[in-house]
Amino acid sequence: MKALPAVRLRLPRPGFPWSAPEVPQGFERPVVERRVGADYDTGWSRRPLARHARLLLLEGPIRLGVRALAAPERAGGDRLAKLSGPLIFAANHHSHLDAPLLLTSIPEPWRHRIVVAAAADYFFANRLIAAASALVIGAIPIERTRVERRSAERASALLTDGWSLLIFPEGGRSADGWGRGHRGGAAYLALRCAVPVVPVHVEGTGRIFGKGAKRPSPGTSRVTFGEALRPGEAESASRFAGRIEEAVAALADEAATDWWSARQRAAKGETPPLTGPRGTSWRRSWALGDRRGPQTRAAPRTAWPRF
Amino acid sequence: MRPGFVLEVDRSTPPTLFHHGEGFRLERLPVGSRIVYPPEPLPVLPDIDGAIRHALLHPVDSEPLPALLSPGMRLTIAFDDISLPLPPMRRPDARQRVIEAVLDLAAEAGVDDVHLIAALALHRRMTEAELRHALGDRIYDAFAPRGLLYNFDAEDPDNLAFLGRTEQGEEVEISKRAAESDLLVYVNINLVAMDGGHKSTATGLASYRSLRHHHNVRTMQHSRSFMDQHRSELHSSNWRMGEVIRNAGVKIFQIETTLNNDTFPKPFDFLQKREWEWSLRDRSTYLGATKALRRTPDRVRRSIFQSVLAPHNLTGVNAGEVDAVHRLTTAKVLEQQVVHVEGQADILTMGLPYISPYNVNSVMNPILVMCLGLGYFFNLYRRQPLVREGGVLIMSHPTRWEFHPVHHPSYIDFFEELLAETTDPLELEKTYEQSFAEDEWYRHLYRTSYAYHGVHPFYMWYWGAHALQHLGGVIIVGGDPKTVRRLGFKPATTLADALEMATDVVGPHPSLTHLHAPPLLLAEVT
Repeated sequence: MKALPAVRLRLPRPGFPWSAPEVPQGFERPVVERRVGADYDTGWSRRPLARHARLLLLEGPIRLGVRALAAPERAGGDRLAKLSGPLIFAANHHSHLDAPLLLTSIPEPWRHRIVVAAAADYFFANRLIAAASALVIGAIPIERTRVERRSAERASALLTDGWSLLIFPEGGRSADGWGRGHRGGAAYLALRCAVPVVPVHVEGTGRIFGKGAKRPSPGTSRVTFGEALRPGEAESASRFAGRIEEAVAALADEAATDWWSARQRAAKGETPPLTGPRGTSWRRSWALGDRRGPQTRAAPRTAWPRF
Repeated sequence: MRPGFVLEVDRSTPPTLFHHGEGFRLERLPVGSRIVYPPEPLPVLPDIDGAIRHALLHPVDSEPLPALLSPGMRLTIAFDDISLPLPPMRRPDARQRVIEAVLDLAAEAGVDDVHLIAALALHRRMTEAELRHALGDRIYDAFAPRGLLYNFDAEDPDNLAFLGRTEQGEEVEISKRAAESDLLVYVNINLVAMDGGHKSTATGLASYRSLRHHHNVRTMQHSRSFMDQHRSELHSSNWRMGEVIRNAGVKIFQIETTLNNDTFPKPFDFLQKREWEWSLRDRSTYLGATKALRRTPDRVRRSIFQSVLAPHNLTGVNAGEVDAVHRLTTAKVLEQQVVHVEGQADILTMGLPYISPYNVNSVMNPILVMCLGLGYFFNLYRRQPLVREGGVLIMSHPTRWEFHPVHHPSYIDFFEELLAETTDPLELEKTYEQSFAEDEWYRHLYRTSYAYHGVHPFYMWYWGAHALQHLGGVIIVGGDPKTVRRLGFKPATTLADALEMATDVVGPHPSLTHLHAPPLLLAEVT
């Protein structure tokens, strides 16, 4: 008996333009350049559709998540009441939580017209992460491992266009709870674009989801906004960066003690530095304990006795 | 900014807005009536913090503040209480801005011994939330937990200092801490021409022993008006006391701020517009608000109104010697508020709003209605009252028989017991004042709870003594009849009824002036 020929089911394939065109012989398929890192184009994330999506994300799940994880207390918002126009928010950096926490803390009218300076080598390492960073937090890539003119130009173009900028001048998350010396990016942009810098201090996020933590541990946090700083005439970027660092350190002191004590110490030039005391790691950790508030949220009050 | 003016009502004039407690009314006034409109808000200082710092570094008739500060000194900062401004202003409050600037300089000078005192005289103590609103969280958190920020207690004999007597025998007794400090910085908000100057310290930080010399019927009847410093016995008495305070060696650095009259936030800013300039949106808001408020429970309605924060802001800040500063402050207040009016009327009408200096976050009880109408609004004049002697005052307010039991306990007894006997201020003063002022229970509530002092309802009644003496009758439109009669006034259901009733006193075809306030104005009546 003659075997029946094998039946091969073939779905009709839609032709061009429903599918990709065949490449004629003699031609090479054009190579699509996949730009990531500092070259990633985030322009799409500032178009209306993406902005509205970000607004919904920020005001919905992200705000709820931040509240559940970090129970933020916000102070100093009144210091921004007299400001208008684009601002550079320069904050210390402990955790990946800092950006969402700050984006839900920065008041209107800046909250929804702000970009976040994010490490190009980390947040824009591949297209998926880059797209997520640009969409969710409005990140723009900044080179932190080498000097790169395009990052600064991109940021200054956005500032000139009326966008505010959230930047972490320490250049990365704190490894041990103490801050790091400020780099000059925020100061340079402020000088270049004549935009005030608002120092911001974030406290508590390092304990909740610090560098190296595998999972978050809910706790309390505090965001303190400071008085806006403007570069003086003929003030260099490095000098202005030093002032910004001092202002964040004064806010850290204010958060750890109170405003009046912090003002008194600042007037005497005795504000504890953000970078902590010099010494061995255990001494630095020990000193950190003095500055910390409650480690976690107070346990909910329950009826006594507990069974 | 357009100045205030007087409009003569004709057939084309739209109905006029009357505030009516926690609500509003539109009333058509008779043709020929006059409406006094307030000036529009003055522009706000372009750089408020810069202006504050400039005032502290370049004061009038005084050394700069940094020169007055030194390590080891005792510094006291006193500030106006919850009664100012009205409505409460949006954050940051003027007091916070000024006091933070003062404390910045104090920190730079190495001053450690600092006390902050809410200068509330016999008013109720400010709550934590109210102090936080006035001073900001930073100041509150830095000073209150250590007991360095507190309400003045006029009934604490251990913390009062007797400084002497004026030439007329008026005793001067003020806060001991303020009197014994190396420097007293007084931070004031000047909403009306009556505020500020020596009154800040001589009243705000004084005890009953001192206050009774100018908070009395005679002083009020001889203050015409107490908004006009040159014709106010209230001011004269405070200035004499200020002299005693100065001679006792109390060094005062006075900081006075003036506000514009931008009183209502959006979308209720139509309340400060002229009616013919109301847009479609304004009219819709008015209709929607009045209809909704009618269906809203009293408690909810009150909390809605009490949550209003005014957008008014600083038009000026001056610092230095008390008299010199107050001259500049008064000029700025007058620049904002003065409206020239020719001649008096037979009838003065006014719509009373939901708030007075003594019911912030509280209930506007009937005594405060009387005080606001016959005390404050009637006295918004210079030279002569807007209404002639023997004329009639018609006020619009619900005037309910309701009191805040925590804030105004002595008011309840004053209203229910004393006003049932007499409404004559002189009789009340002579027969009952002392017993209320020295009542231990009221004293206890004033010191430990949030109650106005026992004598405070008397002062509210005295505040209207000049108007009671001047007027031929008072009618309240829309007020609860039983309550209005207890006050000694006549109730009317509608404005037309009230005008009809007023003709019995002033005769037929009376002239009428309507005070279109708030926003506040000061009528210069020639």
